[in-house]
Amino acid sequence: MATLEIRDLHVTVEADNATKEILKGVDLTVKQGETHAIMGPNGSGKSTLAYSLAGHPKYTITGGTVTLDGEDVLEMSVDERARAGLFLAMQYPVEVPGVSVSNFLRTSATAIRGEAPKLRTWVKEVKETMERLSMDPSFAERNVNEGFSGGEKKRHEILQLELLKPKIAILDETDSGLDVDALRIVSEGVNRVRETGEVGTLLITHYTRILRYIKPDFVHVFSAGRIVESGGAELADKLEDEGYEAYTKGGVSA
Amino acid sequence: MAEAQNTPVGSTTAGAIAVAAESTVATRMSAPPSFDVADFPVPHGREEEWRFTPLERLRGLHDGTAVATGDSLKVAVEAPEGVTVELVGRDDARLGRAGTPVDRVAAQAYSAFEQAGVVTVPKETVLTEPIRISVHGQGGVAFGHQVIELGAFAEAVVVIDHTGDVVTAANVEYVLGDGAKLTVVSVQDWDDKAVHVAQHNALVGRDASFKSVVVTFGGDVVRLHPRVSYAGTGGEAELYGLYFTDAGQHQEHRLLVDHNTPHCKSNVAYKGALQGEDAHAVWIGDVLIEAKAEGTDTYEMNRNLVLTDGARVDSVPNLEIETGEIVGAGHASATGRFDDEQLFYLMARGIPQHEARRLVVRGFFAELVQQIGVADIEERLLAKIEEELEASVA
Ligand SMILES: Nc1ncnc2c1ncn2[C@@H]1O[C@H](COP(=O)(O)OP(=O)(O)OP(=O)(O)O)[C@@H](O)[C@H]1O
Ligand SMILES: [Mg+2]
Repeated sequence: MATLEIRDLHVTVEADNATKEILKGVDLTVKQGETHAIMGPNGSGKSTLAYSLAGHPKYTITGGTVTLDGEDVLEMSVDERARAGLFLAMQYPVEVPGVSVSNFLRTSATAIRGEAPKLRTWVKEVKETMERLSMDPSFAERNVNEGFSGGEKKRHEILQLELLKPKIAILDETDSGLDVDALRIVSEGVNRVRETGEVGTLLITHYTRILRYIKPDFVHVFSAGRIVESGGAELADKLEDEGYEAYTKGGVSA
Repeated sequence: MAEAQNTPVGSTTAGAIAVAAESTVATRMSAPPSFDVADFPVPHGREEEWRFTPLERLRGLHDGTAVATGDSLKVAVEAPEGVTVELVGRDDARLGRAGTPVDRVAAQAYSAFEQAGVVTVPKETVLTEPIRISVHGQGGVAFGHQVIELGAFAEAVVVIDHTGDVVTAANVEYVLGDGAKLTVVSVQDWDDKAVHVAQHNALVGRDASFKSVVVTFGGDVVRLHPRVSYAGTGGEAELYGLYFTDAGQHQEHRLLVDHNTPHCKSNVAYKGALQGEDAHAVWIGDVLIEAKAEGTDTYEMNRNLVLTDGARVDSVPNLEIETGEIVGAGHASATGRFDDEQLFYLMARGIPQHEARRLVVRGFFAELVQQIGVADIEERLLAKIEEELEASVA
């Protein structure tokens, strides 16, 4: 069973010629089949955690360990991490001019699966997955994320999640910028992947809204670069009622 | 794509929009246009039109020491029925109509060629197959002159391939009759040592459209000077270019669109990728809107993607407007490094770095290729780019 283990993770960024510590000792274990929600106020370091796990070059790991089934993730390059089974659905997906969605998806699936998917089954697979996400077939011929609306970008991320079938999926604010219909469609996509029982999900969100569609097994409150409280799904209800104030006004320690 | 603030050290992206009473494009040249090489002083390198060019690598094209050797260029023309292909003497009245040499090397070529090629598509002839001209260098020095003329309402696609090794200077003329449509693709796929300096003059007839696609991959020094002027109102010119400058190569594209006639259009888009020590790309985009050219609509753009340290780009768009009565005029120039965010995104989907880089570069060019609008040419170019990427982007 795949397990992602994060131990005492410290991360800094360079900003304005200064080194700033953003993550200050994150501990978390995500197992295949589990869904963990990470909730926290703006600027608390949620995306930093997501990017650090994926290996974004802007973030420097200054302490701690991350392993996937015992393998040192921090030693791996960005593409190796993805091939090892980590997937990051980005908060702000990047435009890649001149690269079509269909070319991108196929190149990516080939890299992750270790061989080019058979053309006929692949075309069908992509088409059906796009249909379920209510994406118009014309998206396949458009350039990656170019001119996509916020909601379309998020659907495109979940399309990749469904096609690439990772062991661990990190979803960074997949819910932000979605209207209710889109939120339902995207959540259904995530649930289809979860229901296989083959993926561990780290669902990063600012709002509890998405948790009505995607039921977490664990909820963690993130504040000032670390997890300050963990609990079951009921913790989300508490956050819904009380907000993050109790955690941001100091005094609370993990 | 990466923006201008991402400019690699040593590169320039200067730009100017000048509103002038009189053109400075002409006065920036060291001598007025002439067919006679004797009218131009030997350049020393500080002249405006030569300041980016490594004269010492022109192998004597600029100072008279390069002398034609026999059999240096093998030119083969493959043309569909109805097209006339001729070799003519220096005194043929059809030569020199589209433009006059503006610098010493172009004048040298005009003064030294022995025979000129003339390809004529008669009026109202619409070709369904391209005219293919293959120019193959076999060593030595050559001077050339080529005319491609389309009669009124004729339509043609011309593909010119340059391969092999040679030191050559040439003038190419495109003469478009009223309502004619010409697409020319010029591919510079020379061997590493070739030196190629050429002036291209297009004279665009009334309501005619001219599309030029310049593709430069090979050569030691390639310096091309595509120029457009209009013979009547309603003319359109689209000038596309792409270049891939490798270590040690100098690739220079200097363009001039002279809006000398009212109600004409031009659109210029050049894109280049550079990599390796001392790869040097120069792009000069001069657009002149003369006082009488009211109703002009023009846009020019140059983008460069610098893949490694040690490469240098000089990109200088220059728009001169002598009348306010225009539809539109604009320019853009940007030189940037690889976009790390794009790379990260692709790699985060399992795509190895070298493949991700190739995807990004291919995408950068594909955007331009998609504008060409001739399907088999687009395919061929993409395949060529692919080949170039396989060989070089690691
Ligand atoms: N590349 C970077 N350069 C400079 N500062 C950064 C960078 N990335 C993150 N930070 C800073 O680190 C802190 C945490 O940012 P992060 O994006 O991780 O927060 P977040 O919890 O995801 O917030 P949000 O809810 O707004 O998405 C912020 O103060 C942010 O400005
Ligand atoms: Mg965030």
